[in-house]
Amino acid sequence: MISPEHVEHIATLARIKLREHEIEKYQKDLSEILEYFEVLKEADTSSVFPMTHSVLQESVSREDEQRSERPEVIERMFALAPALKDGFLKVKAIFSAR
Amino acid sequence: MSIKELSIKDIHKGLQEKQFSATDIAHAAFEEIEKQESSLHAFLGLTKELALQQAKETDKRIAKGEPLLALSGIPCSIKDAILVKGEKCTAASRMLENYIAPYDATVIQKIKEAGGMIVGKTNMDEFGMGASTENSAFGPTRNPHDVERVAGGSSGGSAASVASGECTVSLGEDTGGSIRQPASFCGVVGLKPTYGRVSRRGVIALASSLDQVGPFGKTAEDAEILFQAIQGKDALDATSLEAPYEKSGFGEAKTLRIGVPKEYFAKGLDKEVEKTVRDAIGKFEGAGAKIVESELPHTKYALAAYYVINTTEASANLARYDGIRYGLSKDAENILEVYFNSRGAGLGNEVKRRIMLGTYALSAGYYEAYYLKAQQVRTLLKQDFDTAFQQVDVIMGPVSPILPFPFGEKTVNPLAMYLGDVYTVPVNLVGLPGISLPAGKAGNLPVGLQVIAPALREDLLFSTGKLWESIQ
Repeated sequence: MISPEHVEHIATLARIKLREHEIEKYQKDLSEILEYFEVLKEADTSSVFPMTHSVLQESVSREDEQRSERPEVIERMFALAPALKDGFLKVKAIFSAR
Repeated sequence: MSIKELSIKDIHKGLQEKQFSATDIAHAAFEEIEKQESSLHAFLGLTKELALQQAKETDKRIAKGEPLLALSGIPCSIKDAILVKGEKCTAASRMLENYIAPYDATVIQKIKEAGGMIVGKTNMDEFGMGASTENSAFGPTRNPHDVERVAGGSSGGSAASVASGECTVSLGEDTGGSIRQPASFCGVVGLKPTYGRVSRRGVIALASSLDQVGPFGKTAEDAEILFQAIQGKDALDATSLEAPYEKSGFGEAKTLRIGVPKEYFAKGLDKEVEKTVRDAIGKFEGAGAKIVESELPHTKYALAAYYVINTTEASANLARYDGIRYGLSKDAENILEVYFNSRGAGLGNEVKRRIMLGTYALSAGYYEAYYLKAQQVRTLLKQDFDTAFQQVDVIMGPVSPILPFPFGEKTVNPLAMYLGDVYTVPVNLVGLPGISLPAGKAGNLPVGLQVIAPALREDLLFSTGKLWESIQ
């Protein structure tokens, strides 16, 4: 059973704000699902490599040349930004005097 | 006029014989949508202007005597996880409620180039997380066969829009069954291609090593036509394959060897589903196909491996929803609070649950036990399938262990919903192609037959589908 403190820690890592009543609900859900994951321990994986693709490909690469996005696409992307200033995305200060 | 019964071939015949125009078809589709939407809610938004503009171009082609393109005049709906330029793309989440796609996904470019008419964006489980479309932030989609029951998920809207006749074909996306299961629940054909067959560029990512875009149609042929239009290598998707589609198929029924894994008919399978699926397999045998009992011994680890990989990859893919560049943004005192508040407000319960599971499984001390272990189990599963395919051409079984269920029945307990994915997830884990064919009904509820083929052998699946349509 995963503790409420651990749930809060995970939520912090995931940058998700949880309300008090949510912590207990997720504690219950996560514990049950993590318990189900325990079945993986029974699998004998001693002689196998991890798999990520069904059809193996060699390193897929492209020429190292500059490719710029089309101006009209950039315009549409900036139109989606929550806050802009002088053609830049505006965000809260990263470094603050605290 | 009604488009409900018309296949792609029917529409093309009608266009060529000038029985109707593409514009007529577009209007007929929107009329059907207007008639049915209040009881189904398959769509989150319609794209009337786009469809009519595409119809006009097709009508111009016909007037000039130019040949029809593969999807000319065909009404097609698109799961709202796939970007259509200038249209909202919400992934059924409050996080993207007002997000307008700045560009077309590669698959959309291909549909447009093939003359397809995009009629609207369909409802889904939020960010693809779910198997019933009940996790949509904008209300669920109802099953056209029984509106008190779910349409399946996560591509529930896509499946319902085709099953109801609101449109002819649809594009969905499948990570752990999200095309095949709603196809099964709604009684239509749904294909998940081989991983890498179809470009994922411009598709809102859930789990990058599992996601694949695929077609829905009323028939195997319609699904194949859409599949051919969208498949192909894309320089902008490094995981896409250079593998031209070969329509070989298997010729006569008596040359077909069908594997039936005993693990897919074990405890937990609803009796009516089992009977319908076994009857269908029996008809293949009656047509001359050879039935072989297959073994997929590591099946029991597949669901756990899947949910580890799904949640861990999702936690990484959904980290981008931070209220900074697009999407819901909650103002706060400092940047950390912007992240916390935006994500807290924008993401639904199932999404938060999965992100947290994934975060836990990837956190220090747990990576080997969960993610690495799950990736190793994938190799064991792939070995199972490779061994089985040495004896058979295709593998058959149920798509879902249960029938389409009433709203709310599976949402109390998250694990209960996950257990319904037991037959579909192995196919995504090993990257093989899988199709759901309408096998019959239990009462008035559709049951799907899942057919799985070796990598890049979608032709065997479509061939099987066409054979099924002739023997059922």
